[in-house]
Amino acid sequence: MRLQSRSRCLALALGVALAGTATAAAPAGPDAIAANGLPSGVPACQTCHGAQGEGNIPAGFPRLAGAGAGYLAAQLAAFAAGQRRNPAMQAIAAALSPKQQAALARYYAGLGRPAAGAAAAEPSPSDAGAWLAARGRWTADIPACAQCHGPHGLGIGDAFPPLAGQPAGYLAAQLQSWKHGTRPPGPQSLMAAIAARLSDDDVAAVADYYASLPADGAAAAPAGATR
Amino acid sequence: MTTSTHFMARALLAGVAAAALPGAGVLAAETVAAAAKPFTPPAERAMPEGEFGKMVRRGEQIFLHTRQNAPAFVGNSLDCASCHLDAGRRADSAPMWGAYVSYPAFRSKDGTVNTFAARLQGCFNYSMNGKAPPLGDPVLVALESYSYWLAKGAPVGTKMAGAGYPKLAPPALAPDFARGQHVYDAHCALCHGAGGQGQASGGQPAFPPLWGPDSFNWGAGMHQVNNAAGFIKANMPLSQGDTLSDQEAWDVALFIDSHERPQDPRFTGSVEATRKQFHDTPDSMYGRVVDGHLLGSGNK
Repeated sequence: MRLQSRSRCLALALGVALAGTATAAAPAGPDAIAANGLPSGVPACQTCHGAQGEGNIPAGFPRLAGAGAGYLAAQLAAFAAGQRRNPAMQAIAAALSPKQQAALARYYAGLGRPAAGAAAAEPSPSDAGAWLAARGRWTADIPACAQCHGPHGLGIGDAFPPLAGQPAGYLAAQLQSWKHGTRPPGPQSLMAAIAARLSDDDVAAVADYYASLPADGAAAAPAGATR
Repeated sequence: MTTSTHFMARALLAGVAAAALPGAGVLAAETVAAAAKPFTPPAERAMPEGEFGKMVRRGEQIFLHTRQNAPAFVGNSLDCASCHLDAGRRADSAPMWGAYVSYPAFRSKDGTVNTFAARLQGCFNYSMNGKAPPLGDPVLVALESYSYWLAKGAPVGTKMAGAGYPKLAPPALAPDFARGQHVYDAHCALCHGAGGQGQASGGQPAFPPLWGPDSFNWGAGMHQVNNAAGFIKANMPLSQGDTLSDQEAWDVALFIDSHERPQDPRFTGSVEATRKQFHDTPDSMYGRVVDGHLLGSGNK
């Protein structure tokens, strides 16, 4: 089901890439690229990532708003270089100049990262995804996701992206990409090393958990807050 | 790389040493056997029920989220679990099961025999740069209950493998600020920030500040270069413990502990006198001049 909707939206993205290019007179500012794309084969980012960069959960397209500019720029560069694999995004990123990549990264980073909501329930050890998120599994040298992505999964700073509210399929696919070497290892190879220690069940559980958290942090059920 | 391989490597080394020293074999072999099996605290799902279980759980939550759950006693952006990883369970990260069975003990820090509760008070005074909960305060009762539960089955009064932070051998080269800064920039700044200030998430402190007004004060154990070096070597960068060389750990520990932080609560009115009375060790940078600044004299 997830795969179906993903490939449907991939086709949509490619269709837009081929047919929906913007008028020749479109200005090249990041907001214009986000809204209209570029004639060079860049569809409007909004088509898949939403008018406010909020992503498209049913389609499996990630939220961009509020991720660190450094993180987003690194992803566009990795797509353009073919180090991060995704047919639609590799083609799109390659059609953007490094300047445009950086400007878009800043634009989406600037769309805002919410403040954390009130603290809520601490997970039980029997809730595998929530427990991994809040506590990790240190006997296997797996830190808690929350330690680097924040107690509500809202991300930290420039390098650690938000996880809360991202599509489960997207999150699971990224962890699998690290396991299989189809995504660059990231800063200090932290995520590639951690993903390699996660089982497929771990990946599914933790992806489902973060997908269940609200992206805006409001009334979140945080990994790592007060009982 | 993992704690268990770390222990195995140590045991192997000890075995080699024992073989090379005839006559010391029996004792060394016993030590090896003890070191090869680090203590395992009870599983989280085995936490007891009832009134005592409630107190254990409360202690665990204070330990993990100290600022939220014991706000009256915390004066910085740290939690107990910032330095005691995995909620105080992890070997070589000053686990609470190792601490619990080590008290009462005499501490030169205050010249008295400290109970475990008094030792916890010290953490609040120094590491948390706050104020100590009074003896009998529910915060101390909860933390003691949690630690007692973690130590279930641990031998009392024995120095356990994995207790405290590892003691590194003296470095080949004297720890160096410039080399330490290089290590910091390459391995630490990503999370703790170029200025050691830590980073927040959703408006809440997340990565701990390592120096500056929101970090531990000049009386905390971690301000001593040897303690910081042992912690860093075994545990940092997070999830990549035992990847820095001993020399890198010493250098970066010196770098981190050569920055200004909140005053030692035992401050006598003079940095020089305070150094003489409480910091008279090569492992403390308090009262030393670094980059033209007298450490301990206030914000640079």
